[in-house]
Amino acid sequence: MAKAEPAAPTLAVSGLQAWYGESHVLHGVDFEVRPGEVVTLLGRNGAGKTTTLKAIMGIVGKRRGSVVFAGRQTIGLTSDRIARLGMAICPEERAIFASLSVRENLLLPPRITPTGGLTLERIFALFPNLAERLASGGGKLSGGEQQMLAIARILRTGARFLMLDEPTEGLAPVIIRQIGQTIAELKREGFTILLVEQNFGFAATVSDRYYVMEHGRIELGLANADLDANAMEQLHVRLGV
Amino acid sequence: MFLGHAITAQQLFGQLLIGLINGSFYALLSLGLAVIFGMLNIVNFAHGALYMMGAFVAYFLLHEFGLNYWWALIGSPLIVGAFGALIERTLLVRLRALDPLYSLLLTFGLALMIQGLFQNYFGASGMPYAIPPQLAGAHNLGFMFLPNYRAWVIGFSALVCFATWFLIEKTRVGAYLRAATENPTMTRALGLNVPRMITLTYGFGVGLAALAGVLAAPINQVRPGMGADVIAVVFAVVVIGGMGSILGSIITGFTLGIVEGLTKVFYPEASNTVVFVIMAVVLLIKPAGLFGKVV
Repeated sequence: MAKAEPAAPTLAVSGLQAWYGESHVLHGVDFEVRPGEVVTLLGRNGAGKTTTLKAIMGIVGKRRGSVVFAGRQTIGLTSDRIARLGMAICPEERAIFASLSVRENLLLPPRITPTGGLTLERIFALFPNLAERLASGGGKLSGGEQQMLAIARILRTGARFLMLDEPTEGLAPVIIRQIGQTIAELKREGFTILLVEQNFGFAATVSDRYYVMEHGRIELGLANADLDANAMEQLHVRLGV
Repeated sequence: MFLGHAITAQQLFGQLLIGLINGSFYALLSLGLAVIFGMLNIVNFAHGALYMMGAFVAYFLLHEFGLNYWWALIGSPLIVGAFGALIERTLLVRLRALDPLYSLLLTFGLALMIQGLFQNYFGASGMPYAIPPQLAGAHNLGFMFLPNYRAWVIGFSALVCFATWFLIEKTRVGAYLRAATENPTMTRALGLNVPRMITLTYGFGVGLAALAGVLAAPINQVRPGMGADVIAVVFAVVVIGGMGSILGSIITGFTLGIVEGLTKVFYPEASNTVVFVIMAVVLLIKPAGLFGKVV
């Protein structure tokens, strides 16, 4: 009996370079994310993790290389086209619109398919706080509520590949736990997630694999199975924690 | 303030009416400017010329196609608005990555070109446009005669202003606009076609200017210079109200029209400059404008 072919990666990044104006930030990033995985990009501040996510989403100034998403080359596409292919980003600054109410924020992104995406019912089950705050202005939410809204917003679109940039940054432990549970739940439902995290402890609770970035490149790739004492030592050194 | 001669109630209400009429145009025009500035971050210097085009299109629709005022009320904003969308799509989009100053210069150049073209073909004198028969005549209110067409202009302008405010602040489409105004990059990353929204917004703002032109046609004559006459005051209104504020431009427009009218009654010498004096004062006290957000 023939061995089953490994499924094609959801995201295959190869030789990705990116610039902010004159500044050459990514120097050839190579990695992949397979269907249903949670992969975390680790690295110090300034390593290029956020830029990588932005470059994949097409919201960075200039980029070159190859980004194949669900079998399609997306390096030349605009960000709205990429979003409509089923990719979504939850940026570090959350980018909740202050001039919109919570409800308007939530309902803003168009659905990729008519039936895709979580129903409002399901979203409020995941994030009960949001249901109470629907009429509030987007700018009036606490950090934790904004983070939940930012995640809820992209869950509604039907995108199955999510990029979350530091979702736990600056949040209280109880909310961090809630976000961890949400990510675990999404993983169970078959979402594919690319995570950027400084908090390795949090990442370890949800991730399948890790890549360590330094100076705009991937320097190290690890799977959960590889995390022996040696690997952890290496990580401590590279991440400076 | 009463400079030696008595002001009759007739004079007062007469000027107030004119003030409200002018205020209607100020509100409609500054609303269009505010919508465009909010979304595109450019000052649309072509606004006065497009207002003038709106009036001329109404004139053409009547004299070339026999389409009356009511057709013009819909047709002119659509036609001139489409022209505006074309300008955005072909010209302004190329300047979007640059300093807003370049877009400003482009729209200024466009204003000169459009006005020059029309002046070349039609001369400087105006052409008449009749008040539609349904709105002819006047009502006697006791303290004054209120011409029906004037009442229509004020009422319809207020309605359009309110409808625009409602569209932007309370509807889904308005939410798209507000989001794209606040953070176009993120809005696009959520899957919305922001460049198309920008084109449509510019077209919409231009359409509002054209609508004002149609409303103005039976009152003022249809002249190539009619835009240039009014645009300076409209910019002052926008500065006073606050550049991106929808509500600010509406309230300020109507209010300043009334203030101008009252000034004409009590101190006529200042009536041409009072708006600019107010603008100077506002700039000194609250540069962001009365309703503007201090960033």
